Amino acid sequence: MTSIDHKGPRRSLWAKHKIFETNSIVLVIGTLLVISIGGLVEIAPLFYLKNTIETVQGMRPYTPLELAGRGIYVREGCYNCHSQMIRPLRDEVERYGHYSLAAESMYDKPFQWGSKRIGPDLARVGGKYSDEWQRTHLAEPRLMVPQSIMPGYPFLARTELAFGDIADELRANRAGGVPYSDEMIAQAQSDLRAQATPDHPGQADLEKRYPRAQSRDFDGDPQRITEADALIAYLQALGTMVDFKLYDDKANIR
Amino acid sequence: MSATTSPVRAMTVGEMIGMLIAGACVLPLVLIGALTENSGYAFHAMLGAAAAAASMILIGNRCFDGSPAVPPQEIDGKPNYDMGPVKFATVASMVWGIAGFTVGLIIALQLAFPGLNFDLPWTNFGRLRPLHTSAVIFAFGGNVLIGSSFYVVQRTCRARLAGDLSPWFVVLGYNLFIVIAGTGYLLGITQSKEYAEPEWYADLWLTFVWVAYLLVFLGTVMKRREPHIYVANWFYLGFILTIAVLHVGNNVAVPVSILSPKSYGLWSGVQDAMFQWWYGHNAVGFFLTAGFLAIMYYFVPKRAERPIYSYRLSIIHFWALIFIYIWAGPHHLHYTALPDWAQTLGMTFSIMLWMPSWGGMINGIMTLSGAWDRLRTDPVLRMMVVSLAFYGMATFEGPLMSIKAVNGLSHYTDWTIGHVHAGALGWVAYISFGAIYCLVPWLWNRKGLYSLRLVSWHFWVSTLGIVFYITAMWVSGILQGLMWRAYTSLGFLEYSFIETVAAMHPFYVIRALGGALFLIGALIMAFNLWMTVRCEEAADTPEAHALPPGQLATA
Repeated sequence: MTSIDHKGPRRSLWAKHKIFETNSIVLVIGTLLVISIGGLVEIAPLFYLKNTIETVQGMRPYTPLELAGRGIYVREGCYNCHSQMIRPLRDEVERYGHYSLAAESMYDKPFQWGSKRIGPDLARVGGKYSDEWQRTHLAEPRLMVPQSIMPGYPFLARTELAFGDIADELRANRAGGVPYSDEMIAQAQSDLRAQATPDHPGQADLEKRYPRAQSRDFDGDPQRITEADALIAYLQALGTMVDFKLYDDKANIR
Repeated sequence: MSATTSPVRAMTVGEMIGMLIAGACVLPLVLIGALTENSGYAFHAMLGAAAAAASMILIGNRCFDGSPAVPPQEIDGKPNYDMGPVKFATVASMVWGIAGFTVGLIIALQLAFPGLNFDLPWTNFGRLRPLHTSAVIFAFGGNVLIGSSFYVVQRTCRARLAGDLSPWFVVLGYNLFIVIAGTGYLLGITQSKEYAEPEWYADLWLTFVWVAYLLVFLGTVMKRREPHIYVANWFYLGFILTIAVLHVGNNVAVPVSILSPKSYGLWSGVQDAMFQWWYGHNAVGFFLTAGFLAIMYYFVPKRAERPIYSYRLSIIHFWALIFIYIWAGPHHLHYTALPDWAQTLGMTFSIMLWMPSWGGMINGIMTLSGAWDRLRTDPVLRMMVVSLAFYGMATFEGPLMSIKAVNGLSHYTDWTIGHVHAGALGWVAYISFGAIYCLVPWLWNRKGLYSLRLVSWHFWVSTLGIVFYITAMWVSGILQGLMWRAYTSLGFLEYSFIETVAAMHPFYVIRALGGALFLIGALIMAFNLWMTVRCEEAADTPEAHALPPGQLATA
């Protein structure tokens, strides 16, 4: 009926394929084996090869406010237009700053490296603009950059941040390996408030738990903690955790 | 009690189990909907509860509508095919297709005219773009794949679909997943992993549906009345199995709580990136390639009335394709913080992938040997052959772009978008259109399509659209890539980022025009199909369409 039934030694190898064509379970097992190899070889070593993520000073988990801001970034799908991954190419390093290290996204769930730059890379946008620039730009991008094609997000500054389950968010992160301590989780609510409120007494403790965390009113309205507060706190922290004046890029070469 | 006086019958065990599961879901879902503070999540919980309640009614109604408890496997010695779910998926694919193309056009216009974002949460580009990609890939493409696979597996195995309720569970459950995913993006429920945006509960639901899909498909293959499993079914099986593995691997996550739609994945940073693009590239490789190659292996020979060009080539094609594709993911992460060894592996295998891809293309195109004249007379076959040409083009362009030196220029630019659309519009959509043009007259027992002239119009209008689209994106992508790296004679960067954005405007307008033409083509198609079904004239011999699989597989 089909060519696989042909006789003769030259065709014997082809005839052996018959076992896959006449036995569905063999076909299923064969397929599963063949598709497993590539993934196993490429993914598994990333979890045990030490040089996948170099150890650098300064990396810490996100503060509760930054994490909530990251949630806004994720919710609005910012990754569709903005990458967070500076490649070690001359023009990128000159345009955006030091190339991104694997360690800098070690607490990112999910990673937001992105795949398209409709807008510029944001891996080191922290500290590049003032809070006021950020909030005006978020609400009405073309006010700050006339040729911009970014959508406006005026609703962020109008919407109070919902952070009732911020402790649970930290806990879910910890389940996936982010080193949040019991204390950090217990204080998550108050840490979030402290970071977004000017002269809040809890800021000293916050900074002990999260070194170099920036605390202030981010959205221009000290009375309320809005989604804009959280998002700007996150943006201002992006790429600022590792101090590249102290970073030794030869230390990890072996 | 006799069937003539009272059509009421007792429930089957399967119906009882289905009803119990659906019934058990209602109350917990209502509770979640009532207790959660997230309005989008509450909406989804209520939607789930409504779907569960509707399933109970639909299942219960089967006992009263006179349908037999156990449908006969054969009638008069011929298989009693189960085409209801296939019809549903075919209609759904056209509806989702048009929705997805429309959203694509809207976001293309938003990039050209940013005022169209309206500065509202639900209409901004960041939420609509995943809606577009999911609608075309998973809603349009997914329904084409599920529908065509259920058709092909029955015909080539000469067996009725396995299960009675389960094929309907697969089709309806999958479309419920689509609704949850799509409305979720608009309401801000997303995990922002490209092509894997749905949150944990949608992922969980899809896992159930997908396992049922695998069981229905495999069950049908197992009860086949043909000695051999036809090559199209290898590809369908490869697609179903691999998508299951990828989906689970990339979406392992810890929900914040049962009352929160949000979750955090188990992987982070560089490992998450590798998992994501292992998933992402193989969504291309297995969802958009292997599955649609299965369509090619059935519909091209059927329509051309010629056997597949080479049986041996199809063996090599299958195993080489599924082995090599899995490795290609890291080419999405060139020059990133992913270790170099992984990037190099990804590039190497991506280049090797060129060969099985073209092997498959040759196998499909050469199937027309001896029937080339049909290209002049049959616009449906022309569409399928052009889809293979686009497949060949895109699978040459892909390996080219995976070379690190080329990728350094092309990555992050519109070149990628152009490449994707050469594959998505030219290959995936065209082979799907071809299959649907074949399927509708077969499923509804019509002699043929309402109008072949309209198919021709569809073909030319959309082809023009694709050409506008991909040429605009090639030019804008390469232009922007070169502008980013341009230096003045004094050694300074020549352009600010925003200057490169402004330079994109004319190309974004041309791209939107191309998208509009493609959408118009799809609307012509929908009208043609609608008229085909409305026209009452039945085909003389519906069974004539079933070609013995042995004949199909002959080399």
